[in-house]
Amino acid sequence: MSARSQRILAYTIRHLYLYKRSLPRLMEVFYWPVLDLLVWGFVTVYLSRQGGDLPQFVTFFIGALILWDMLFRSQQGISVSFLEDVWSRNLLNIFVSPLSATEYIFSLLLLSIIKLILTSTVMITLAWFLYQFNIFVMGFSLIPLVANLIVMGWAVGIVTTALILRFGQEAEVLAWGVALLFQPVSAVFYPVAVLPWFLRVIANYIPAAHVFEGMRVVFTTGAFPTKEIVWAAGLNVVYIALSVLFFYWNFKVVKEKGLLAKVGE
Amino acid sequence: MNVLVEVKGLTKAFNGFKLAVDDISFEMYEGEILGLIGPNGAGKTTTLQMLLGLTTPTAGEIRIFGLDIGSAREEILRQVNFSSSYISLPFSLTVEENLTVFSRLYNVKEHKKRIRELLSIFEILDIKDTPTRRLSSGQITRVCLCKALLNNPRILFLDEPTASLDPDIADKTRTLLRAIKKERGLSILYTSHNMKEMEEMCDRLIFMDKGRIIAAGDPESIMKKFGGRSLEEVFIKIARPGQ
Ligand SMILES: Nc1ncnc2c1ncn2[C@@H]1O[C@H](COP(=O)(O)OP(=O)(O)O)[C@@H](O)[C@H]1O
Ligand SMILES: [Mg+2]
Repeated sequence: MSARSQRILAYTIRHLYLYKRSLPRLMEVFYWPVLDLLVWGFVTVYLSRQGGDLPQFVTFFIGALILWDMLFRSQQGISVSFLEDVWSRNLLNIFVSPLSATEYIFSLLLLSIIKLILTSTVMITLAWFLYQFNIFVMGFSLIPLVANLIVMGWAVGIVTTALILRFGQEAEVLAWGVALLFQPVSAVFYPVAVLPWFLRVIANYIPAAHVFEGMRVVFTTGAFPTKEIVWAAGLNVVYIALSVLFFYWNFKVVKEKGLLAKVGE
Repeated sequence: MNVLVEVKGLTKAFNGFKLAVDDISFEMYEGEILGLIGPNGAGKTTTLQMLLGLTTPTAGEIRIFGLDIGSAREEILRQVNFSSSYISLPFSLTVEENLTVFSRLYNVKEHKKRIRELLSIFEILDIKDTPTRRLSSGQITRVCLCKALLNNPRILFLDEPTASLDPDIADKTRTLLRAIKKERGLSILYTSHNMKEMEEMCDRLIFMDKGRIIAAGDPESIMKKFGGRSLEEVFIKIARPGQ
């Protein structure tokens, strides 16, 4: 193994140890998603029994719930992992080690995937048992849709991390809330068409909005949502590149301002 | 003598004007313990952080092993390490897990053996499997020192490493560091507020005040220059000018 991948893996292992050691952290991976799935899943079942004229209501909703959680986990996998080191005053240990900023980012990306696989496995299994919902009926479309959600989560997570690095504790709340900021315009539980025009304009530029439109195309027609996926991927390429540039730029500023030793104070 | 660190005209102006470090130049030689002393705010931590590439200098040059920290960061950092009383380690992980992570980050061969060896040197092998959150601050300091020695560094940067230790453990730690220095030819750049400690530990001292170097040399020559019987006296003379 190259020294580079060895270091990336080392930093990932640091966080895996955490999940082995800390019940609250492990709970976090399962607790909220499972509760979400229970509460909103049953609400959906209830509503569909009352109304009944909206086709595939349950499918839309539970599919959206699971996919949205992937974006959320992907973002948190980045920014919360970074916060763990702020809280434990370990950031300097990391940044005086040979691990580079780029390796650090790669390590966080790897972590977010691991977290996401854990959570998604639980949610998908539970949805199957509780609501006979099988996400895999989406077939091959699922792969590009999920990939786009993950990458958007990364971009948001990297920007959040950069902001916390720069502005410290005041920005910490972003790690928990920032993904929700995008939820209304991501058209997760309803089509973009129900949004007022100005939010529709914004939604056009949100990769997740295209992903969820695509999801509904798959559920209703079974067709591969080419247009939606191309849009999402195009936007994501731009956003992930910008987020990484933003991170590097902030890292540079933080070093100039001598803030690296002060993050979390 | 082999020069390990070469600093020339190093300057840091925070936010463009506040001169935390003001045009300092010095060298550090292989196998020496070099102490940075001076009142609070003298610029010691800022200097150390520039040497470690954590803070970017406003002006000046830093060469470590003849290399530039900006362009040869990885190569330099592989061969040095850092500890301080203001850092800690992930609380939930056990001591051994934490040291394992850093062994991997530094690509330490046979790390299990190395970790045991260091823990026994610092007499804390018994807490190997204890989660870090349950350690006393003195124990954490020693674990951090183990972390700082994992990669068998050529230079150890220590920013007030004994600040949270009781006198007994602080004394033990100093004895250990000196032993390791002697045994492996380790070079140490050291800051502390404890003047007795500096007098005892350091081969050479750099006295800083308001970002500038006001004296440099071995402890005796500094005491002579300022006419004090101890470093503490010298320190107080400098910290309270006009008294
Ligand atoms: N990140 C920073 N931004 C602005 N000023 C700083 C920063 N870090 C340190 N300073 C200032 O620079 C001076 C030197 O600080 P420092 O290097 O921490 O001194 P020492 O370690 O000798 O006590 C102090 O006046 C301090 O307030
Ligand atoms: Mg200091």
